[in-house]
Amino acid sequence: MILIGERINAGFKDVKAAVINKDGDVIKEWAKKQTAAGATYLDVAIGTASAKPEDLCWMIDMVQSACDTPISIDINKPLLLKEAIKVCKKPPLVNSTPAIAAKMDEILPIVAEYNASIIGLVMNEEGSPKTVDKRIENAGILMSKAMDYGITPDRVFLDPIVMPLKFMQDQPKIIMQTVSQFTLFSDPPCHIVCGLSNASNGAVHKKLINRVLVAMMIAHGLDAAILDVCDEELVNTILTAELCMNRTLYADSFVEAFRKQG
Amino acid sequence: MQIPDVKEQWPYRINSVTIGATREQGGTRGKTVTVGGQSTLPGLTFEGEIPNKPVIAGYVADVMPDWPEVLTSAIGEEINSPAAWAQKCVSQFGVDLICLNMLGANPDGKNASPPECARVVESILKAVDVPLIIRGCGDEEKDNQVLLECSQAARGENCLIGSAKEKNYRTVVAICKADKHKIIAEAPVDINIGKQVNILLQDSGFDLKDVVMFQTTAALGYGLDYVYTILERARITGLKGDKLMAMPQLCDVGGETWRVKEALADEDVLSGWGALRKRGPLWETACAAAYLQAGADIVILAHPEAMQTIRTTITNFL
Repeated sequence: MILIGERINAGFKDVKAAVINKDGDVIKEWAKKQTAAGATYLDVAIGTASAKPEDLCWMIDMVQSACDTPISIDINKPLLLKEAIKVCKKPPLVNSTPAIAAKMDEILPIVAEYNASIIGLVMNEEGSPKTVDKRIENAGILMSKAMDYGITPDRVFLDPIVMPLKFMQDQPKIIMQTVSQFTLFSDPPCHIVCGLSNASNGAVHKKLINRVLVAMMIAHGLDAAILDVCDEELVNTILTAELCMNRTLYADSFVEAFRKQG
Repeated sequence: MQIPDVKEQWPYRINSVTIGATREQGGTRGKTVTVGGQSTLPGLTFEGEIPNKPVIAGYVADVMPDWPEVLTSAIGEEINSPAAWAQKCVSQFGVDLICLNMLGANPDGKNASPPECARVVESILKAVDVPLIIRGCGDEEKDNQVLLECSQAARGENCLIGSAKEKNYRTVVAICKADKHKIIAEAPVDINIGKQVNILLQDSGFDLKDVVMFQTTAALGYGLDYVYTILERARITGLKGDKLMAMPQLCDVGGETWRVKEALADEDVLSGWGALRKRGPLWETACAAAYLQAGADIVILAHPEAMQTIRTTITNFL
């Protein structure tokens, strides 16, 4: 399972302040902590803290000075992406592009040039879809555009767009059906990712909702998630779900072995 | 019609493990043996890289095993002396390594002392210059003492020492770390225990790159299919990226096959089964050939005819 650590996001107060005050230690600590927790990528999101490319580059520099974990660049403004991708030491994950032609034509060439991977959000000009069919349609558009630019399925991450359970309770079931269909798109299949924490927006039992939903989505074919990788119970749930799907080999100490693998 | 390309692309490789140390490396071996390193399944050289062919280890023991005459006569008088036996294996039977089994240490048998066992190790090291595998007698308490002495006697030679098991691994790990030997990680025909043993070794600070896995071998007719499936699954899991399963595999074909009636009983007992003279070595050969297809990197063999045929198999098919 590909784990994308979500914590270096200026939506969080401490990260926003760190970007504004150029306090590198905050960023480095979160980079180390998430890496130790098992993150495959570290998402770096500048959000509203700044619109300057150099500030995003600074954030990435801070992360890379603390660990070797590849970066997930959380941006969809091509200008910011163009600058940020240059400073990435390893091919990054680009988070993300919607299924809108103009956006894809700006972002995908950059992804192709740097041998990066791309998260494709299955939404278009009309916004986030409510049905399985609309999601599938947008996914088809994304996959085919990616192929046009020579981006192979192993570098494409389809995101079915997880909605908050509290406000849109009909959506999780639809999203799961969508994920199942995504697995049939290509052979070998592309990756399937989701922004897991969206599911528990506004809810009280956030961690419980996150871990149950991720297990259910893994059962349908999810193999990547943007999540709170420091939530041990959540990661343990993912490890167990992967065993249930026969993706990894069981051993009695499967949880302990994951924690020790640094 | 275009024939589809069915080549797999495995993302990872199996670890390479080198056994033996030359003079430059601090030992006295004439050459070293390296196994593993492959990026595909056995024999599929069109699909990936197989940098090291499987190797044959000659079964040698410090006391003559309880073997049928068809085997002991094929080996010859030398079977009574571990050093002479090892020499014959290397010079006449053409093995790549020697696997020394300290059967005599068994408390139910000769109950040889650890220092006695160490002296046997020394005699083998003097007699041949191929790398050495050292295995105990199977009694865990005794082996912890025996392997300690044998390991020290062979310090610097980078041997492969066995075995570390789920319930008894700390001593063997300590021994191999101290004397810088490679380790055999053993499991009883159970792939999940096999992975668990590697987790325990890793937890003890042992480098997994110095591990050779061993699922206690089953003879043909006595569970070969179970072990075969495990070897195959383990190999695929390793190639897919599970670092806890990406090790070379050892099979003790010689030790297991010559215990079963198909390799012991002649036509008077098993009528219609053909003469034991031919059947015995064939049983060992067939078992080894199957395991090589499943992923065995080191096969321990006893009968010279089995060694000869398997050498041809390895050269021509793998």
